[in-house]
Amino acid sequence: MINVVSCIDGSPGAFAVCDAGAWASQRMATPLQLLHVLDKSESPARTDLSGSLGVDSREHLLDELVELDAKRNKLALEHGKLMLEAAKNRAAEKGAQDITTLQRHSSLLESILELQDDTRLLIMGRLGESHAGQAMAVGSQLESVIRAVHKPILITLDQFAAPSNFMIAFDGRSVTQNVLDTLIASPLLQGLPCHLVAVNNTSLDRGPELQAAADKLTGARFAVSCTVLQGEVQAELQAYQQEHGIDLMVMGAYGHSRIRRLFLGSNTTDMVSASTIPLIIVR
Amino acid sequence: MIDTLKKDWFSNVRGDLLAGLVVALALIPEAIAFSIIAGVDPKVGLYASFCIAVTIAFTGGRPGMISAATAAMALLMVTLVKEHGLEYLLAATVLTGVLQIIAGFIKLGGLMRFVSRSVVTGFVNALAILIFLAQVPELQNVTWHVYAMTAAGLGIIYLLPLVPLVGKMLPSPLVCILALTALSIAIGLDIRTVGDMGQLPDTLPIFLWPDVPLNLETLIIVFPYAIALALVGLLESMMTATIIDDLTDTSSDKNRECKGQGFANIGAGLMGGMAGCAMIGQSVINVKSGGRGRLSTFIAGLFLIIMVVFLDEWIGQIPMAALVAVMIMVSIGTFSWDSLRNLKKSPLSSNIVMTSTVVVVVVTHNLALGVFVGVLLAAMFFANKIGRYMAVKVDSGEHGQTDGQLEGQIEGERTYKVVGQVFFASSEQFVQSFDFKEVLERVTIDVSDAHFWDITAVAALDKVVLKFRREGAEVNLIGMNEASATIVDTFGVHDKPEKVEQMLNTH
Repeated sequence: MINVVSCIDGSPGAFAVCDAGAWASQRMATPLQLLHVLDKSESPARTDLSGSLGVDSREHLLDELVELDAKRNKLALEHGKLMLEAAKNRAAEKGAQDITTLQRHSSLLESILELQDDTRLLIMGRLGESHAGQAMAVGSQLESVIRAVHKPILITLDQFAAPSNFMIAFDGRSVTQNVLDTLIASPLLQGLPCHLVAVNNTSLDRGPELQAAADKLTGARFAVSCTVLQGEVQAELQAYQQEHGIDLMVMGAYGHSRIRRLFLGSNTTDMVSASTIPLIIVR
Repeated sequence: MIDTLKKDWFSNVRGDLLAGLVVALALIPEAIAFSIIAGVDPKVGLYASFCIAVTIAFTGGRPGMISAATAAMALLMVTLVKEHGLEYLLAATVLTGVLQIIAGFIKLGGLMRFVSRSVVTGFVNALAILIFLAQVPELQNVTWHVYAMTAAGLGIIYLLPLVPLVGKMLPSPLVCILALTALSIAIGLDIRTVGDMGQLPDTLPIFLWPDVPLNLETLIIVFPYAIALALVGLLESMMTATIIDDLTDTSSDKNRECKGQGFANIGAGLMGGMAGCAMIGQSVINVKSGGRGRLSTFIAGLFLIIMVVFLDEWIGQIPMAALVAVMIMVSIGTFSWDSLRNLKKSPLSSNIVMTSTVVVVVVTHNLALGVFVGVLLAAMFFANKIGRYMAVKVDSGEHGQTDGQLEGQIEGERTYKVVGQVFFASSEQFVQSFDFKEVLERVTIDVSDAHFWDITAVAALDKVVLKFRREGAEVNLIGMNEASATIVDTFGVHDKPEKVEQMLNTH
């Protein structure tokens, strides 16, 4: 069963994730799956510093810990169920047809990787529960998810409205070729006006590559407009997006080595944190 | 990778710091007590506990587990220290580490699955008994003061946690030690103190290659001890890891833990410490105090050495009675009292396995031997049980009472149908199920519903066939291919449910 998977949590952006899920599932005629993960809290709920060992303290400690976890997890489970229910209603309101909900124990990344083979598009909010209210932050889990998952990821902000056009950030790397192939193969953005934008920050001429990409898209019946900009990648793309009222950005992910990313960060992370519109990241 | 690093170390900083402190305070008396068991200066155990705890914090496979000098290991080195001295113990410790690293690389951690629950229970019970017995000499030929002090110490340890508010904030073993030390200094009691038991550390440990000749003779002396130490160390570490896994509902990397124990012991041996392993009691205290990450183990080791080096004069004043009280607590806490209550409920075979493990350990003071006997007994009981799952059906006639009636038998002909598991434990019974006295011309042995698990089974079948031939009968074997499919060592159906079902359905 291939699904559009929307990751739901208690953050304010969860409804945007629902809306995006409903939109994508209708465009692609694919069932929508709402996923909520019950993350295990690592920190103990209660401490006893008496440091003594009595008769059968091992067994008692086990019973005690099980009891505490049971209480905590029951609450979390109820809470998660309510969230999923609300999300399901919201998605149904927005017109999604075939909705399933799924609750899993384990970490978010683990669950997503487990579901990966049955995922067509993954939808996540940019901020998780713990970051609510921070304007330019990226959720703590998002980066590791982007790095590990090999399916397209749609990253939503606080609100989501069905896009009326989109732009492709083009840099000629093989990842971007991948982006083109994925786009052409998917009905998600079919029929929407497409802006193909390249930014030249080196002397390298991207013209021919860009033209080839444009031809490819036109061949797949996209209405394409091509632009080459000069200057700093992120700022230029953002300016272009504001100028043309673009609703959605499509880009390839993480072209750098791990080490370089560790010290310098990457365009992708910068774009994700600075963007004011939803993004689709394709590996 | 950075994520796991962060999770292992810094996901629970406050809890780990507090728990680390509590554990360090409890480790000091234990390290001293175990040094005394092994017959070395207290500083050997204290250095070992520091090195092992700090190293295992980085190299171990089970975050939150405490490793240090332990009773199980100390008991194994007594004769080595007595006959050859400390330097040979250090050499044995390094060799133990090397063996454990090898064990980690050849993935011996997985062998833990052959150690049954009864053996594990026997192991911890035997350990508790030995820790208790090691305290007995301290209570012999002493004045009544010592008994009074020990009793008072136990009183503080067990009653203090019951006091509301304060009880859960103060480590009661620490309060016990402080109170008894203060008391004995105040009234000037002339009783034995830790300082009387040997040298305490006054500096940080320094790197020292064990002062032994590097030749075959040394190896011959050291190797048997190293093997036993490596085995017991890994066993207790794997058991403790399983306990912590259960308590915290998380998983651990057993083979990494094997290697980690190895590195920790090499470190200990080169820094003048004795071999150690994971500690059941301390790890439980750590979890109970809220420790979960690697930081707790690291802090325990670090805090231990800081306290010991700066407070060495004070530590020397601790009366042995206080130490004995703490060790009796450890012994009571380690013993599985549940297993006594369950004696009536458990099957006799598992009780025998548990009790023999305890008895062998208490008699020989060697936990490795006890576990070996326990595992052997458990395997024999199991083989015996499975061996009963075998029957030979015969067609009607003199043996007509059997349920496996096969029709269409002609005079002078007989069909035997074998069902169930044929292997070393059931092969004798298998041979006896045939009637060789009967005069027959043709014998058919149908083994298509049987499983031959080993060479013994095949040999038994050969013997049966030969015997019939000698009596002049013609033997016809049916279904040998299906039956012997299970002989190959790589035979494995465990991962395919339908195959397992198909195999069982043939019976």
